[in-house]
Amino acid sequence: MKSINLLLIAIISFAMLSLTGRSAEPDVGQKASDFNLKNVDGKMISLSDFKGAPAYVVIFTCNSCPYAKDWEDRIIDLHAKYASRGIPVLAINPNDPSISGDDSFEKMVEISKKQNYTFPYLFDQQQTAARAYGATRTPHAYVLDKNMVIRYIGAIDNNHKNAKAADKKYVEEAVEAILQNKEVKTKSTKAIGCTIKWTKS
Amino acid sequence: MTFFLSIINTETKMKKICVFLLILIVSDVRGQDVEVIRYQKLLEILENGQGSDIEVYNFWATWCRPCVKEIPYFEEINNRYENVDVILISFDDVEKLESRVKPFIRNKKLKSRVYLIDETDYNAFIDKVDSQWSGAIPATIIIDRRNGKRFFYEKEFEREELMELIKQLNP
Repeated sequence: MKSINLLLIAIISFAMLSLTGRSAEPDVGQKASDFNLKNVDGKMISLSDFKGAPAYVVIFTCNSCPYAKDWEDRIIDLHAKYASRGIPVLAINPNDPSISGDDSFEKMVEISKKQNYTFPYLFDQQQTAARAYGATRTPHAYVLDKNMVIRYIGAIDNNHKNAKAADKKYVEEAVEAILQNKEVKTKSTKAIGCTIKWTKS
Repeated sequence: MTFFLSIINTETKMKKICVFLLILIVSDVRGQDVEVIRYQKLLEILENGQGSDIEVYNFWATWCRPCVKEIPYFEEINNRYENVDVILISFDDVEKLESRVKPFIRNKKLKSRVYLIDETDYNAFIDKVDSQWSGAIPATIIIDRRNGKRFFYEKEFEREELMELIKQLNP
């Protein structure tokens, strides 16, 4: 009887898992998964390539979303500020180009040249990284500490239109807190963004 | 005297009718007006409703391709059911109201009520709109005002799916 109950519970939870499809997504305080994705320069990049980094910034973004475009100058600024201090700032495009043509790898290469992207811009063709992180929209930022534990999830700052008008720089505040061995005050935020263009199964 | 009065009367009546017709024509050509709102107003609208049995709030923007794709389905339920009201909440930048949003409404001949939300500090209100919402659009809230039931979807709808959903609420 007990085993039947257990089986039932297993079936129900499996059904719920497949219904929501989100139960696996990590939260603040959980370890982030590593990935191995192609950069616009053709090289493969993983978090483990930056061994000894005191923190990591991972931002899901894309070529086509107006919000991604609004915030791209902030990603450039974050990279300028932190790369020299050994903190990688990595942008990842998770969109399926067969649904959103402007998000192809070729267009990523093009836009990163045109906009002078200094940061690595990776293509998550299988969408495994986006799923593993539970990303839902672009842009969607994650800050990890040196142990790759997620310490912040959400928006880059609180003003998409104007970097200067943003008075809450969430990602920067999270990185600074991690560097000072302090608790990250704002652990998660929400922002309007474009849905990730998932491959239709 | 009465004769003159009646002439004047008919004249003013005619004028009134003409003005009325003119307004009708102009409003049809120009499309509906769009009210620009802050998030407090949005929360008020969600709370108090528009007086319909079923209200469907769709969060969209003209630049959002999946949103634009599903809008005709929402427009269809708005026009088909007497007791269903669709309210479209645009997240286009307010600077694009005249150049993009209004022409879009005009071209698509949208009858559903459109509001444009003018905010930048999104984190301040997304949770208040719905705690399940991550902030991605399209997103839709359906409220059955008769029993207060509320449904939230952060996804793009297929036509059949939306029709079925409304049918279930509105047998």
